[in-house]
Amino acid sequence: MHEMSLCESILQVLEQQAEAQQYSKVKTVWLEIGALSNVETDALRFSFDVVMQGSLADHAQLEIIEVPGQAWCMPCSRNVVVQQLYDLCPHCGSHQLQVNSGDQMRIKELEVE
Amino acid sequence: MCGVCGCGEGHSHSHDHDHTHEHHDHDHDAEHAHAPGLSQKRMVQIEQDILAKNNRYAAENRRYFGERGMLVLNLVSSPGSGKTTLLTETIARLKDDLDITVIEGDQQTARDAERIRATGVPALQINTGKGCHLDAHRVGHALETLQPKDHSLLFIENVGNLVCPSSFDLGEAHKVVILSVTEGEDKPIKYPDMFHAADLMILNKTDLLPYLDFDSEQCIQYAKQVNPRIKILSLSAKTGEGMDSWLRWLKAELELQRIDYA
Repeated sequence: MHEMSLCESILQVLEQQAEAQQYSKVKTVWLEIGALSNVETDALRFSFDVVMQGSLADHAQLEIIEVPGQAWCMPCSRNVVVQQLYDLCPHCGSHQLQVNSGDQMRIKELEVE
Repeated sequence: MCGVCGCGEGHSHSHDHDHTHEHHDHDHDAEHAHAPGLSQKRMVQIEQDILAKNNRYAAENRRYFGERGMLVLNLVSSPGSGKTTLLTETIARLKDDLDITVIEGDQQTARDAERIRATGVPALQINTGKGCHLDAHRVGHALETLQPKDHSLLFIENVGNLVCPSSFDLGEAHKVVILSVTEGEDKPIKYPDMFHAADLMILNKTDLLPYLDFDSEQCIQYAKQVNPRIKILSLSAKTGEGMDSWLRWLKAELELQRIDYA
């Protein structure tokens, strides 16, 4: 359940930003979650509601933007789409792939008041 | 008190902020007060990594290790893979030549730290309670207590869990994933994140291979499929078979950390 600690990290960022960005309430949180990021979005949604209770983001809506996995295939010398870390290159079947996108977990933007 | 981070960590802190905020809004945002019914909602760009805070502590730890020329390894595996036995056997073979300290992560009990201390090296137990992984902040605090020596070897034995610890950088030089042959050769593709994050895989308990249907070659192929760069060592911490390569790897890596780069 590391999704719980991820949500605690999100809350800390929201609290820190509240002062700098002059808001007292968070209505919506947009997260960018990569397909290869080791985050279970259902568990994240569940933990989010629990962790945000009683905070400045109580009842905030969580919007998850899913980012597809992408890797550089060394034999093909081009980017390919991958669903899993153990996927082979869909063109040449090689496993010499270097993930270059889709492993991110970012807070993208907020709707605040 | 937290020297590295000055952590208050507390939510009581944020309540204070809420209060000052309300005053602030009233003082300066008079136009909002005059527009009832008009939404005060607005968008704020954040663009921040969720793990940014952990990563900052990890960078701080890494700087600390770098300044001291230490080799720090984050040992990860499922529960029961033989991490602690591998450690006690490794320490027994190296402690006369090297300074070694150990941070032990478990949900509960200090049993592992006691096993390590019995070998004669300092060990600190971190109980994560409900937590499923160690984070860089707790490791930073452990360093304050442990005070590892320059050019020493620090093992961080993470919580037995092949999922969560893969996401949390502790500032280590390498994650080392330990897989015992009793677990099944498909672990690397069942838990790809951990094998993707590790630089070295140790296939442990090879003395049991004659009694099992474990396909070592297939297991290695799966690991390389998930992570083409991963290095693999097979050994039995119990019989000592293959330990020599592991000890040589450790010494070579420690030597690399000791190079004082400009």
